[in-house]
Amino acid sequence: MIMDVASVALPVGERLLVRKQRVEPEEPREGRKRVCIVTGIHGDELEGQAVAYRLLNEIRAHREYLDGIVDIYPALNPLGIDSIRRGIPLFDLDMNRIFPGDGAGTVAEYVAHEAVEDISGADLCIDIHASNIFLREIPQVRISESTAPFLVPLAKHINADFIWVHASATVLQSTLAHTMNSRGVPTLVVEMGVGMRVTREYCEQLTMGILNLMHEIGVWNGPTGPVREPIISEDDNVSFLNAEASGLFLPDVPFWSDVVAGQHIGDIVSPLTGEVLQRVEAEADGILFTLREYPMVYQGALLARILGGASLA
Amino acid sequence: MRKEIIYSMKSIYRDDFQVMGYHFGSGHQTACIIGGLRGNEVQQMYICSQMIKVLGELEAAGCIRNNREILVIPAVNHYGTNIGERFWGVDGTDINRMFPGYDRGETTQRIAAGVFDVVKNYTYGIQLASYYMKGEFIPHVRILATGYQNENMAKQFGMEYVALRTPTPFDTTTLNYNWQIWNCEAFSLFTEETQKIHPEGARDGVNAILRFLRSRGVLNVDVPAGCTRPVLLRDEDMITVRSEAGGIYERLKGQGDPIYKGELMGRIVHPYEGTVLDDVLSPVDGRVFFAHRSQMAMEHEVLFKVITK
Repeated sequence: MIMDVASVALPVGERLLVRKQRVEPEEPREGRKRVCIVTGIHGDELEGQAVAYRLLNEIRAHREYLDGIVDIYPALNPLGIDSIRRGIPLFDLDMNRIFPGDGAGTVAEYVAHEAVEDISGADLCIDIHASNIFLREIPQVRISESTAPFLVPLAKHINADFIWVHASATVLQSTLAHTMNSRGVPTLVVEMGVGMRVTREYCEQLTMGILNLMHEIGVWNGPTGPVREPIISEDDNVSFLNAEASGLFLPDVPFWSDVVAGQHIGDIVSPLTGEVLQRVEAEADGILFTLREYPMVYQGALLARILGGASLA
Repeated sequence: MRKEIIYSMKSIYRDDFQVMGYHFGSGHQTACIIGGLRGNEVQQMYICSQMIKVLGELEAAGCIRNNREILVIPAVNHYGTNIGERFWGVDGTDINRMFPGYDRGETTQRIAAGVFDVVKNYTYGIQLASYYMKGEFIPHVRILATGYQNENMAKQFGMEYVALRTPTPFDTTTLNYNWQIWNCEAFSLFTEETQKIHPEGARDGVNAILRFLRSRGVLNVDVPAGCTRPVLLRDEDMITVRSEAGGIYERLKGQGDPIYKGELMGRIVHPYEGTVLDDVLSPVDGRVFFAHRSQMAMEHEVLFKVITK
């Protein structure tokens, strides 16, 4: 059943519609748990679109296994998705920096408020992101330190390769995840793939993981496959490689691979002069779990992240 | 006057990115004035250019007091200005959401860090700012309620209003917020216009800054008198008037206009049929502080903020 979460008249001939698909068991019963799958806060992140599609397919094909309510919100920022923009058109602020929103605020704040109200009361929320157009990420769950004790046990079931427990930053208090966690809705943030693309393999991996997590909390009674044992790490183990020159970045290592300190990761080159402007080397032994996808870089651009002290071997 | 490159970076195909600073006087780092942190803040850059011109004349005339040094940075995101972008052209990030910056981080974090490193120790920080909502404000000084703010000092700009804003978590990465955290007396000045030059508004802005610098003992200069009794506005002193329909917006009131309860402030008109979909009526007596500018409006659009005190 498609339901409107927020509906706002636009100036000419259409409404801004944030919608969700609700799937319920055939036999209604009070007190069932509710799971919310949210994606599309950033209009240039599309991996969650395929997950929403696959999840709906799986649940509908075996609705007899469903023992709870699943609300799928495929596009919290529908105008952004439609116009290939990360943010909300005609609005300056990143949508994931305006939660919990404001029912009496701007249109964007109003929509954020309506979404929060709609998700409130759920037993689990999963907010799917896809990095951005610049970086490729391995499927991972990002959790702030303050919520780690109750979220890490849940995240282990979602079939991610990596759980990154990061420091709590004040600015992140404006995210959907922080808002929902503060309201008692355990909310996992998944990052995977790359912006403006769909990585089928990752989407399949996460779809199976979500079903597994639903099984774990008693919302899905169907069979689930084995899930990966994620590497769990904190900030201290993650090293960042940033560009020290502006130019064209040409990576020389495969994504999601083991690297050793000093290993050649790639070069920043100048197509104008033919020079190598920066030879990029790993600063630590570990797994390369983030890699620059968009090749043009300015000084400072993130090129790669390495999870130190870990190995795929 | 001494020109200095505050921050520089190589680009692959564009001219070097250079943030320029202009120093006046010497000695104690007393006042820093920053213009366009965003590429479309043309009015803000213009006001800085006028400040640089005036301060050069005042310096030559010996009107800057001893041991008082003033820095003016007219633009930080001029790369954006030159390609018609408000934010950083490559990744769309807002430099004014990157403070205090990080010198080993992403590009705009590095720019923010490079600028902040130079400006953080000034006693007074003045940012010529623009707001995330598009519209027109009564010119005013804005300060963030961090616990370090100084409302009385803000009144020395002689502008009609001092707006005290309660910061949200997202505000903690702005220049103004971080200036305050670094013990700088920080103020954001909002004048008429952003993308267009408003000469009268710019003149008022320059005079407000000169007035402030004179009252703080930085300049020895005559400045036209400003407002003698500025009003402090808190969030709760304003109410928001929103549209109840989407369509063509006919605005009947502008910033600064007095308004009475029940008075017609604007209309939302059906974009195809011309019929009135919503009469926008004032719920209170007051004065328009903010007015939505676009000729189109969505439902729930913030059309006005009205001062009720």
